[in-house]
Amino acid sequence: MVAQLHENVPRSRIEEVVELFKGRIYQKPPVRSSVKRVIRTKTIYDIEIVDVQDKYLLLRVVCDPGTYMRKLAHDIGLVLGIGAHMRELRRTRTGPFREDDTLTTLQEVSEAVYLWKTSGNEKYLRKIVLPVEVSTAHLPKIIILDTAVGAVAHGADLAAPGVAMLTKNVEVDNTVAMYTLKGELVALGKALRSAEEIAKMDKGLVAKTTRVIMPRNVYPKTWKTKNAN
Amino acid sequence: MGLEDRGIAFLNRIAEKAGYMNEWVKVREAETSPDYGTLPYERKIEDHINHGVINLDKPPGPTSHEVVAWVKRIFNVPRAGHGGTLEPRS
Repeated sequence: MVAQLHENVPRSRIEEVVELFKGRIYQKPPVRSSVKRVIRTKTIYDIEIVDVQDKYLLLRVVCDPGTYMRKLAHDIGLVLGIGAHMRELRRTRTGPFREDDTLTTLQEVSEAVYLWKTSGNEKYLRKIVLPVEVSTAHLPKIIILDTAVGAVAHGADLAAPGVAMLTKNVEVDNTVAMYTLKGELVALGKALRSAEEIAKMDKGLVAKTTRVIMPRNVYPKTWKTKNAN
Repeated sequence: MGLEDRGIAFLNRIAEKAGYMNEWVKVREAETSPDYGTLPYERKIEDHINHGVINLDKPPGPTSHEVVAWVKRIFNVPRAGHGGTLEPRS
């Protein structure tokens, strides 16, 4: 973000103050806010001073979701004793998304859709539209057996026998992504056990399904129903 | 390469691209049937769009909500959403 200081301050002083904001900070949501206005703690993982020019301060901040940058700029100004406010803000990273070759503009989107609709050319569209799985690329993962997919796609929690493989970073209470062996996203869930435990289990629930992504009818139903014969 | 291997390779590819690494623990030997489902990058274009995400450089000015409405119209899809806003009313 670009913050504008209200008076000139030596760079060394800015560096000192910025350092104070790394780690846990307290923030109260602004008056115009969509969340309850109670003080929350947020973690600032890193603040890099990219550039200082006169009263303008260019910062790269790595923080928790929901951290108010405008508040951060204001608070840095308060501690500096001269006041400051945010002038510009840009999100350069969120989860698995960053400013790489996948970043696209509305113009490009609309052109790619036009080409596909008028000439049937899917090439550009497939460059711009990424498979939904990409949005979960940063999460701990559990790959489930074909026989478990139908149930999870219907909202069932995942049981141990349905697990084919998983990543070592699955921890209790983690948000986890559940995929088929083909790599298709089935659902998101909350891990009930760690990867180490899950690998040894042969019964019991291992993840609570919180959000189903895959349509229900892609994989067959494998569980018994009362009326089945 | 079997379907399973191609599925896992795909998940590793997208994780790496995002700056992460999947460290797998194999729990059960398993195969996947070619009769249903598909490799994520081989979906029919209509399914691909319905189950797709775009990394969109939103211009300043219109709100995320407005941009979502445009994207929804451009693609003519029933549902669309966005990953979050930077500020209230943005």
